[in-house]
Amino acid sequence: MRQYLFQRLLIAIPTIIGVTILIFLAMRVIPGDPLQTIYSEATGVYILSEEELAEVRASLGLDRPLYQQYLDWMGQVFRGEMGYSFWTKDPISQMILRRGPISAQIALFAVILSWLIGVPVGLISAYWRNSFVDQAARAGITIFLAVPSFWLGLMIILFTVLVLTWRPPLTIIQFWEDPGANFAIVALPSITLGLGLGAGTARMARSAALEALYDDYVRTARAKGLGDSLVIWRHVFKNAMLPVVTTTGLALGGLLGGTVSVEKAFAVPGLGSLMVQGMQERDWMMIQNLVLVYGLIYVFVNLLVDLSYGLLDPRIRYS
Amino acid sequence: MTSPRQDPNEGFRRLEQPKGWDRFQTSARRFYSVSPIGALSLLAWILMLVLAVAAPVIAPYDPNEADYGAVRQPPTADHWLGTDNLGRDILSRIIHGARITFLVSLIAVCLGDGIGFVWGVGSGFLGKRFDLVSQRIVDILMSFPSLILALMLLVVLGAGLETVIAAIAVTQIPSATRITRSVVLSVRESMYVEAARMIGVSSLRLMVRHIAPQVTAPILVVATLHLGGAIFAESALSFLGLGIPPPAPSWGNMLGGVTAAAFRPPWWLVVFPGLAITFTIMTANLFGDSLRDFLDPKLRQRID
Repeated sequence: MRQYLFQRLLIAIPTIIGVTILIFLAMRVIPGDPLQTIYSEATGVYILSEEELAEVRASLGLDRPLYQQYLDWMGQVFRGEMGYSFWTKDPISQMILRRGPISAQIALFAVILSWLIGVPVGLISAYWRNSFVDQAARAGITIFLAVPSFWLGLMIILFTVLVLTWRPPLTIIQFWEDPGANFAIVALPSITLGLGLGAGTARMARSAALEALYDDYVRTARAKGLGDSLVIWRHVFKNAMLPVVTTTGLALGGLLGGTVSVEKAFAVPGLGSLMVQGMQERDWMMIQNLVLVYGLIYVFVNLLVDLSYGLLDPRIRYS
Repeated sequence: MTSPRQDPNEGFRRLEQPKGWDRFQTSARRFYSVSPIGALSLLAWILMLVLAVAAPVIAPYDPNEADYGAVRQPPTADHWLGTDNLGRDILSRIIHGARITFLVSLIAVCLGDGIGFVWGVGSGFLGKRFDLVSQRIVDILMSFPSLILALMLLVVLGAGLETVIAAIAVTQIPSATRITRSVVLSVRESMYVEAARMIGVSSLRLMVRHIAPQVTAPILVVATLHLGGAIFAESALSFLGLGIPPPAPSWGNMLGGVTAAAFRPPWWLVVFPGLAITFTIMTANLFGDSLRDFLDPKLRQRID
């Protein structure tokens, strides 16, 4: 187990280095020069003259060779610094620390909710397959797999604003500052993402449970006289969980992307809305670091999912 | 003494393969009988495609024509789905938006999965260093949540129709490559490939004539299943204001105009474009699922 963990980490390192290089090259090489874009966009406020441009470039270290810029960036990241926002001059690491927890909460609650909804729905619909309940569950799954999360968010806002005449606050309130207010901000986006994610979980749980229901060990369990509930919980449920964990891991990419658009829909000041703002303002240092943060989270969570297989399924040996 | 030489095929009835239109008809009928929902979804898609192509004829208004006398109107007899903040007709914008949706999703999927297909065949068949390097690149591309990757590419390339297509296509490449490669790896070891190699068939010909055809069914299914994702990606990117730039009508940027910050969002601006997106994605998904079950049920484990 420990050896496997070590091995997996070792494989992840070149991937992460590749990720940083790809981000770096995308931000520097392809558009020519990030400053050039700002410069040529001429928003009226930020028109730089040639000399100013050269000066700004030098102050940001952009006149140095590419590999040195890359190494500088990596050094910064390792020290936990991430440079400054181009426009507001705020330290980016501070902004991430302030807005990150909200986004993380939304993602975490969404995953929990997707399990709370998806696993029972999947099991029930597999157990009473082809019944009316199953048909309804499958129709629901089909619809929620197709509904774009940000639109679902807008619809929920529409409902709360028009019918309940209530809307969540639009500021950042951390959990440790005021749990109630924090929950008011996070709840609706989590439900929005959780429903879509839950549909995928339910579909996977259903097909896994169907497979397990007809497997030999279930027949054996029934043959030796185990009751229905024991068979379902001890045998079917346990075996159906592995694919569910896998789908959640795979769906995480969609979830991380989903938080971005759902945060915009709810105007939640999380990491995703920070990134969209950075992209609209062409704040390249911010984009570069935020994309890196999202990539790192994705890589590490997938690693965790991989490792959790061994805990859930003792048949899997790490060799 | 002459024993009549036995015909080795005796007892086997030779199945006549129907050709051309007949063949299409029989497989279409079989597809309908296997999964009526999939067939109906395909029909819905074709209908929407016709609507999209004929948009200028069908749409009651010019999608970009502002009418300041009829701003923010709820659905009426004149404007079936209402009007937006500039008095533009929502129905006309949705019909014209379908053009962008179909254009972007179809081209992006063909491009992305086409590249993935060629890359996957090359990677799986050639093996060795090429495969190793290819797989590491695919690993890196897969380390980004796909929407984030598309967003980054759009910042680099700038918003626009072509760049949105390119960005979405790139996000489709890694999974298409992976799946193609996994099929190629199993086909490569099969008896008939070995036999072909024995009689001196060149590598290129092996790849093109013997291996690639085996992957067409899987890649077709993957591409169909990617369609829904591509439609979602386009609408999400446009919703975020980094995809199709306004005033061009795209379902995503129609929704993007109505942000949460609006105190009382007019419901018809939110409901109808979203329904269009949902319906299109749902039919694409249903068709993709049925096509997979129809062409190759074994694919289920590999793709899901």
